[in-house]
Amino acid sequence: MADEKETKGEKKYKYSILIPTYNERLNIAIIVYLVFKHLRDVDFEIIVVDDGSPDGTQEIVKQLQQLYGEDRILLRARAKKLGLGTAYIHGLKHASGDFVVIMDADLSHHPKYLPSFIKKQLETNASIVTGTRYVKGGGVHGWNLMRKLTSRGANVLAQTLLWPGVSDLTGSFRLYKKSVLEDVISSCVSKGYVFQMEMIVRATRKGYHIEEVPITFVDRVFGTSKLGGSEIVEYLKGLVYLLLTT
Amino acid sequence: MKHIVKILSLLVTISAFWIGLLQAAIVPRTHTWLLPIYFIVSLGCYGLLMVGIGLMQFPTCPQEALLLQKDIVEAKDFFKHKGVDVGSD
Repeated sequence: MADEKETKGEKKYKYSILIPTYNERLNIAIIVYLVFKHLRDVDFEIIVVDDGSPDGTQEIVKQLQQLYGEDRILLRARAKKLGLGTAYIHGLKHASGDFVVIMDADLSHHPKYLPSFIKKQLETNASIVTGTRYVKGGGVHGWNLMRKLTSRGANVLAQTLLWPGVSDLTGSFRLYKKSVLEDVISSCVSKGYVFQMEMIVRATRKGYHIEEVPITFVDRVFGTSKLGGSEIVEYLKGLVYLLLTT
Repeated sequence: MKHIVKILSLLVTISAFWIGLLQAAIVPRTHTWLLPIYFIVSLGCYGLLMVGIGLMQFPTCPQEALLLQKDIVEAKDFFKHKGVDVGSD
């Protein structure tokens, strides 16, 4: 039977969806619901890497495990906030899929785009499929003019200096071939969103085939977190670091 | 090859071309001396143009916020029926 399927050229892949969380009690439940809603015929697992959230995120995940099955939802928690990069590495160790999807837990990334990531990868055999907010079909909601200006300015600067080969450098909604993620992540040292930039730039330098799909991004956090001077300085330092070391 | 090496080689090539132009004097030397300034200013203008165009064409998606709210309600409803207490925002 297995031979029949293989000669037909059909291969069923498994997808590991990696979601680092911190205080996302409500959002993680909604994301899990939406993932199951939009990936009906797909073999996948969700890996939640929670950094000791005090709001009961882990309790919710355990309830979701009862509901959906412990083989579909894996909780791989850590004692405290240890950073995004290490959260990915930690989750990756428990991933049994052929592909790994990384996404944010705050609902700015909508699971409804998962099928388009998967489709793009199957069509092009890309090593990485990255979501971009800045092309037609994509978009951002919840940013004022100043925020859009900073974003656009930052993007033009990064494009001029780094020639990254992708339109959205700081995006963190991506699908990787598992081996590719392991390779790229081992050579990245930055923190925060510069980490996301470093990942995609290093992947470009290593010659990996990268494709893009449009995604929409609903920023529900922006009102509360400000993009201040220190963020801009951090960004510029990150750019120079990437310019010199990649 | 590292990216910075690529960029520096490009700059070196352009500089060599500029020096060559200075020595050969095909173009009047006064013009040639100003070329680097023209180059930097053009680069700056191009950058500003790209930022401006990008800003004007910045894709927005106001309907997505509404769709998201619908999805949230749908999910909360589902969990209420299944007896999973998701609490409130």
